[in-house]
Amino acid sequence: MEITPEKLRWIYTTMYRIRRFEEVLLEQTAQGKSMGVAHTSDGEEAGPTGICAHLTDKDWIGSTHRGHGHCIAKGVETAGMMAEIFGKYTGLCKGKGGSMHIADFTKGMLGANGIVGAGIPLAVGAALSAKLKGDGSVGVSFFGDGATGEGTIHESMNLASVWKLPVVFVCENNHYAESTPVEYAVSVADIADRAASYSMPGVVVDGMDVFAVYDAAGEAIARARAGDGPTFLELKTYRYHGHYHADDPHTYRLPQEEEVWKARDPLPNFERRVTEQDLMDEVEMERIRNAIDQEIQDAVKFAEESPLPPLEELYTDVYVNYPNSVHGLR
Amino acid sequence: MALETRPDPLGPGIDVAGSVIRYREAFNKTLGDELRRDPDVFIMGEDVAGGAGREHLGIIDSWGGAFAATKGLIQEFGPERVRDTPISEAGFVGAAIGAGLTGTRPVVDLMYFDFITVAWDQLLSNAAKNRYMFGGQGKIPVTLFARSGVAAGYSAQHSQNFYSIVAHIPGLKCVVPSDAYTCRGLLAAAIRDDDPVIVCNHKKLINMSSFVPDESYTIELGKGRYLRRGSDVTLVGMSYTTEVCRLAAEILAEQGIDAEIIDMLSLSPIDEEIVLESVTKTNRIVIVDEDTPRCNMAADIAALVADKAFDSLDAPIKRVTGPHTPVPYSKPLEDAFIPSPEDVVATTLALLKA
Ligand SMILES: Cc1ncc(C[n+]2csc(CCOP(=O)(O)OP(=O)(O)O)c2C)c(N)n1
Ligand SMILES: [Mg+2]
Repeated sequence: MEITPEKLRWIYTTMYRIRRFEEVLLEQTAQGKSMGVAHTSDGEEAGPTGICAHLTDKDWIGSTHRGHGHCIAKGVETAGMMAEIFGKYTGLCKGKGGSMHIADFTKGMLGANGIVGAGIPLAVGAALSAKLKGDGSVGVSFFGDGATGEGTIHESMNLASVWKLPVVFVCENNHYAESTPVEYAVSVADIADRAASYSMPGVVVDGMDVFAVYDAAGEAIARARAGDGPTFLELKTYRYHGHYHADDPHTYRLPQEEEVWKARDPLPNFERRVTEQDLMDEVEMERIRNAIDQEIQDAVKFAEESPLPPLEELYTDVYVNYPNSVHGLR
Repeated sequence: MALETRPDPLGPGIDVAGSVIRYREAFNKTLGDELRRDPDVFIMGEDVAGGAGREHLGIIDSWGGAFAATKGLIQEFGPERVRDTPISEAGFVGAAIGAGLTGTRPVVDLMYFDFITVAWDQLLSNAAKNRYMFGGQGKIPVTLFARSGVAAGYSAQHSQNFYSIVAHIPGLKCVVPSDAYTCRGLLAAAIRDDDPVIVCNHKKLINMSSFVPDESYTIELGKGRYLRRGSDVTLVGMSYTTEVCRLAAEILAEQGIDAEIIDMLSLSPIDEEIVLESVTKTNRIVIVDEDTPRCNMAADIAALVADKAFDSLDAPIKRVTGPHTPVPYSKPLEDAFIPSPEDVVATTLALLKA
């Protein structure tokens, strides 16, 4: 599939932004700057980037507990994300959500979700809205290999299929759900095979190769926009760190296995491809990396210097309208 | 883990051998006891062993449960009885009910209490009603356990305490241990009980230590305990709010106020007698519940007192609870959500002035 030079730059910038965000966040978390748990997605950058390259702010995505990459690829600003994770008032959700609950509705990001499988029907709902309004937008649902054990995915796929909704199911198969290997918990070798039961195309994609993701996503999203119904993409990928910031992955996987995946890292993979084909050069890529390094540093500074939420925020946003007091009975 | 003997915390004054251990160790030890005692007992849940199916790589028991609740058990009892599951709460909780109906005694790790709603229909429509609907033919000796409570920035979807939605349902039982000792006794009783029991382990209690006898024991479901005897006011705690009451009582004692503390331990069945006995003596009651205020356990206990001990009250029944909001993430907001010892003290002082 054709990629414009601007899109190529966007892809590299986005993947590197996700990588740096996660790495810096882990450092900051180790210093106690985050107020809760953080699930990082470094290693998995090609997926959200290759998918969201085809989306606009009018399209909606549903996300997971591992949602930083989805946010960034959908155009959510890193300063507001960092501030959210630091529990600050300037965070995207006023510090009320944290890492597991980042959303930015202005960017079509429906929110990270702490309940495995719970985000999937939301993207189906967005696609239903799109169909009812006829506005040409699509819903994209990101979820993990582990989430395919939940009923919501099966119910959602069937709904989307019988209603021919403009939705793309994106399974990020990083081969683990917490410490549980995918081959233990999922009854098929390729999760994309599930698509056949719901009469939709199911495609296995190399999730470490952003070009492969870009191509597969382009087709799936075009199909959705054309009114031809849902597609299921399975991105084979890998998370580099533990399940959450304090998890040691070596209790359940071997370092040799990590090496195999890291040798296929999406960033060098991209760099090699574009230099070989004279599409971008190292000078330009270095300029991008430096700018992002600075951006993430600024995001940390912004988050550090931001104020905590005022206590009254505990009681706001529960309802749009509610005549009773929401204060405690103390 | 120094061995020592101390008065049995619930016993008739005889010394028993034991040691000071953490709540989570008491929990783990009890699971081991029960698996050993009864070959029909088995455990399942996500990552209860972890790294499933990788014995050939030398990987076994990698997580041992999200909070090491089940650590080491697979090594003694094997993967059939310490069974990792896919992320399918409705499926495996339903399967536990079916297994319980047909002769085994499943113990299910739900990880976080919040996930109970993913399996809720199975609990509500099958576990709670099967015996009644079918005229008493079956029994459901299923135990579910999960971490509950507000702490450490777990935020809106991993912090809830809605014990009352369980207690609300005829057919389900619910226990809320408040320390390592009660954890061991209540968990053993829950596993040996023939009805479905939900065991709530508050995050803040899990690493706290207390004296636990070596010998296995049970604490009767539906019985509360006095944690402190006093005459001026009754403070009612459940799960971690028992600790909140204990801290509040210390502050009150410095001000010359002698609080009595009731630790509910069970919420369904519930010990009505202990509440009525205490309030009849102190004539004042403050009920502390970390759950949100509408239709929570504190409201239920308040209704009990209003109904059955109204004449002994010298002041209004007071509840100290979370607000009617989801649990926020940022630390200062989270702190403001949680009923604190200071909140309990302030409420009690206002009550005594009244
Ligand atoms: C309903 C529910 N069950 C269990 C959990 C605990 N949990 C959080 S993430 C996770 C693993 C998810 O695995 P996967 O879907 O593969 O996503 P990944 O973490 O690999 O990105 C589990 C079991 C949860 N948050 N919600
Ligand atoms: Mg996974």
